[in-house]
Amino acid sequence: MALYSEKVMDHFRNPRNVGVIENADGVGEVGNAKCGDIMKIYLKIENDIIVDVKFETFGCGSAIASSSMATELIKGKPVSQALELTNKAVVEALDGLPAHKLHCSVLAEEAIKAALKDYYDKNGIEYDRSLFPDCASCGHCCEI
Amino acid sequence: MNCLNGCRNIYIDNAATTKMSKSAINAMLPYLDGIYGNPSSLHSEGQKAAEALVGARERIAKCLGCTSRDLTFTSGGSEADNQAIVSAARIGEKKGKKHIVSTAFEHHAVLHTLERLKKEGFEITLLDVHENGLVTPEQVAEAIRPDTCLVTVMYANNEIGTIQPIAEIGAICRERGVLFHTDAVQAVGHLKINVTEQNIDMLSLSAHKFHGPKGIGVLYARKGIPLTNLIEGGAQERGKRAGTENIPAIMGMATALEEACENIDKNTKKLTALRDRLISGLSEIPHSILNGDAKKRLPGNVNFCFEGIEGESLLLLLDDKGICASSGSACTSGSLDPSHVLLAIGRVHDIAHGSLRLSLSEENTEEEIEYTIGAVKEVVEYLRSISPIWRDLSSGKKKFIIK
Repeated sequence: MALYSEKVMDHFRNPRNVGVIENADGVGEVGNAKCGDIMKIYLKIENDIIVDVKFETFGCGSAIASSSMATELIKGKPVSQALELTNKAVVEALDGLPAHKLHCSVLAEEAIKAALKDYYDKNGIEYDRSLFPDCASCGHCCEI
Repeated sequence: MNCLNGCRNIYIDNAATTKMSKSAINAMLPYLDGIYGNPSSLHSEGQKAAEALVGARERIAKCLGCTSRDLTFTSGGSEADNQAIVSAARIGEKKGKKHIVSTAFEHHAVLHTLERLKKEGFEITLLDVHENGLVTPEQVAEAIRPDTCLVTVMYANNEIGTIQPIAEIGAICRERGVLFHTDAVQAVGHLKINVTEQNIDMLSLSAHKFHGPKGIGVLYARKGIPLTNLIEGGAQERGKRAGTENIPAIMGMATALEEACENIDKNTKKLTALRDRLISGLSEIPHSILNGDAKKRLPGNVNFCFEGIEGESLLLLLDDKGICASSGSACTSGSLDPSHVLLAIGRVHDIAHGSLRLSLSEENTEEEIEYTIGAVKEVVEYLRSISPIWRDLSSGKKKFIIK
């Protein structure tokens, strides 16, 4: 199918890091069933390093591929580096996404940030709130 | 190319378009290769084309139960819908009638034309189509007002296949003196239609939905209904649709329609059996629901919602298994909203995203249907296994919408 790059189709067909981490150190869920995509990211963090990451996604091909790629990009990385992951990096790693699917990559970035925020909150670590999306009041994912 | 399943190719997206029939292709060939004249030309080359045009028009008229002069060739169903509605609106507004009755789940060719008229000051009443995807003649009767100039109700829905009580609606419109148009794009060639007996004033059809070529359709308008031109220019189609006629496509359409109408009984019997097997097989999937009335639907249409998954990923994985299908999910439309048809029958956004439309043709086999049932079950189960919504639903954290 020419809609997506080979890279997207590969990550869609064979998603990396699918699943759940029991007692995860950070869990982030973004999106809305109403708009047709929800991503949930689970992080296992040891000594400030993301030693394991899993995801579950309800969504289209590019949503699943974006989650898969995003988890690959942060696995084994320090938390500070994961925090710098942008949707643009996800799109580039996937060899591009169609314009109307770019929001899937944004969702992946936000899901990871939400999981990191959860990790900070759970561990009482201070952080700059402006670095994190405010999903509760943002209509980006779904304006219905 | 994807050949993940032995290069199987099961095409069950016939509501989108159909494969052309061999006889329709053969009917076109002489007009691509030898008889190339312009039917408006006086010379013999042109007259050969003109004769073919007359013949094709008569054959199509016979299939619809009307006379050939009531037919206007268009570029397809959308143009026919546009022209029918705009014409009725222009007739109406001359008499001060600016109210139109339609349904909430019409094709966009109808809905967007109505929206345009609304901006011009027309009032539009969209009838509720209920959970079963059917309007009643009584609803139409109640909605008609003294200033109603048009009732436009689709013959059969393109997504969920439900068949509307067209003859009864036609009778009400006739009695009340209101023009009645039906978008019959999904019905022509698949259901028995006689515009005269069914009190249809205007009807739109498209050739590529019954194994004819793309880019050609017909607007039937009963004698005495003045049409408004959408395309100005030459005097083709009795001055109502300019542009040199697409003779090869018209010839292919006439043959495809004749063939489809001749085989309606045989095809209906075969398709209904396949459809019902597909419905019973897919109903075994937990938390799934059939969209549209189980019986009053096109013989080849099956449409389901599966809770906890999204339609585009379902389609992509089915494609990998060699199955060509369709979905009403937002992701397949490029907008944030899922199908307006599914929303109109009361499916909430959350489950409308997880829809699957399978539309059969007489070429499909029982074996293909069994394979498809298995493939859909497998893919739905897999997508649910990676869906956070499904986790919440199955753990009881969220309540199922579909029982």
